[in-house]
Amino acid sequence: MNDRNSQKIVDIIQNWSRKHSIWVLAYGTGCGAIEIPPTMTSRYDAERLGVRGAATPRQADVLLITGYLTTKTLKRVIRVYEQMQDPKYVIGFGSCTINGGMYYDSYNTIKVLDKYLPVDVYINGCMPRPESVLSGFGKLQELIADGKANGAQKYKDNLEWYRENQKKIIPNWVMPDYNW
Amino acid sequence: MDSIWYKILGAVVSFIVAFIVGMTYMGLSRKITARVQNRKGPPFYQNFIDAMKLYSKSTAIHHGVMQHFGPAFIMVSSVMTLMIVPVLNDGRWFPNLNFQGDLIFLLYIMVFGPLGMALGAGQTGNPNSAIGVTRGLSQMVGFEIPWVMALVALMVQFRTTSIVDLMDVQAQSGTWLMFTSPFAFIAAILAMLGMFRYSPFDIVGAPTELASGPMSENGGKYLFTMMSSGSVFAFAKLTLYVDLFMGGADNLIVLVLKTFAIYLIPMLYGVVSPRYRTEQAIRYFWGWPTFFGLMAILYAVFF
Repeated sequence: MNDRNSQKIVDIIQNWSRKHSIWVLAYGTGCGAIEIPPTMTSRYDAERLGVRGAATPRQADVLLITGYLTTKTLKRVIRVYEQMQDPKYVIGFGSCTINGGMYYDSYNTIKVLDKYLPVDVYINGCMPRPESVLSGFGKLQELIADGKANGAQKYKDNLEWYRENQKKIIPNWVMPDYNW
Repeated sequence: MDSIWYKILGAVVSFIVAFIVGMTYMGLSRKITARVQNRKGPPFYQNFIDAMKLYSKSTAIHHGVMQHFGPAFIMVSSVMTLMIVPVLNDGRWFPNLNFQGDLIFLLYIMVFGPLGMALGAGQTGNPNSAIGVTRGLSQMVGFEIPWVMALVALMVQFRTTSIVDLMDVQAQSGTWLMFTSPFAFIAAILAMLGMFRYSPFDIVGAPTELASGPMSENGGKYLFTMMSSGSVFAFAKLTLYVDLFMGGADNLIVLVLKTFAIYLIPMLYGVVSPRYRTEQAIRYFWGWPTFFGLMAILYAVFF
């Protein structure tokens, strides 16, 4: 057995464990955050799929951006995302993260989340019901198992492009550098 | 049979048993909590999956040297506690480091882990960690008093400071210490509620209030170390309770049954309780548990 094959086996095992243990940092800024409590509690019980809330970005695997993102909170979201440890994934939640949704002509929300952070899975709807949230987690599990949820790698490779877009929204850029 | 390799092998085996049993208990507690809340809940092996995932995460956080040593201190403390506590009655399969006075040594070494965690958490500079550490040390001041009183009562009553001697006392008399010195047992059980840090005493790592407290800056492999050391420590503590008050165990199955019976007490109490504030928790421990501890000492001295 050569190195590549053994690495493949390790990857399969690691991806399996990542798939079944998703710790979510729910960044509840938008209105979609109200759909998270029913998803996590008795009615829909996301914990049976291994989906669990994480307390801090250091422990989290998934950044869940629930709904619209104002230009003010974008800075905090970027800081939170860069504090998370690899492998990390982003779920865009609700129509607002896809094309602005009902805030399409607002002056102080961002319209397309993918220009600022690498989104792995979108859950559309305004707002998505817990069933669709669970199906979004299921899609993310599929992507992780196939090794296709590589948004973090995309972010690292195209960091200049993302930074350029971010700095257009955030004029006074005073952010620490993270050596992730 | 008495070679050093045999002892090392026994230590490794007892560590593996403690890890597996402790992790399974934590997973079962998640399952039982879910069933109480009318949920399906994760499978009982969910904690093993979590541990595997945490171990496979990268860790690129650096706040200073102490931050890297903190989880190691907790692990060292847990393993030392496990090495002191006799796992089974005859001690042939799990040799351990018993000596006269190990009960007193145990009192010290069980505090070492939280102190190491305090050092590690202090270095991260996270305000949540600092508050968590303050709360943890205050709570420790609370539950250590009834716990020490219960152990001192046992030491006075049977004039020994060795765990093996106390187990021999139970083996000879045929009754468990929870019946011969009931007040010490009650005080120790009430102190255990705080030791396990389940609700209502989860004021240290309150996830929604303090962002998991001392471990808020620790992810990935550090969290894995803390999680596994927590499981090992839980097993060591439960085994200590079984050894002291329930006559030890002759084989692993009996040990698992007895430890799980004790483990159910803090867990089920926690499932139905909301979280205390810090001063409420300390007031709780300095109330009835300390009273029972005092009764235990009086009982030991006068009867």
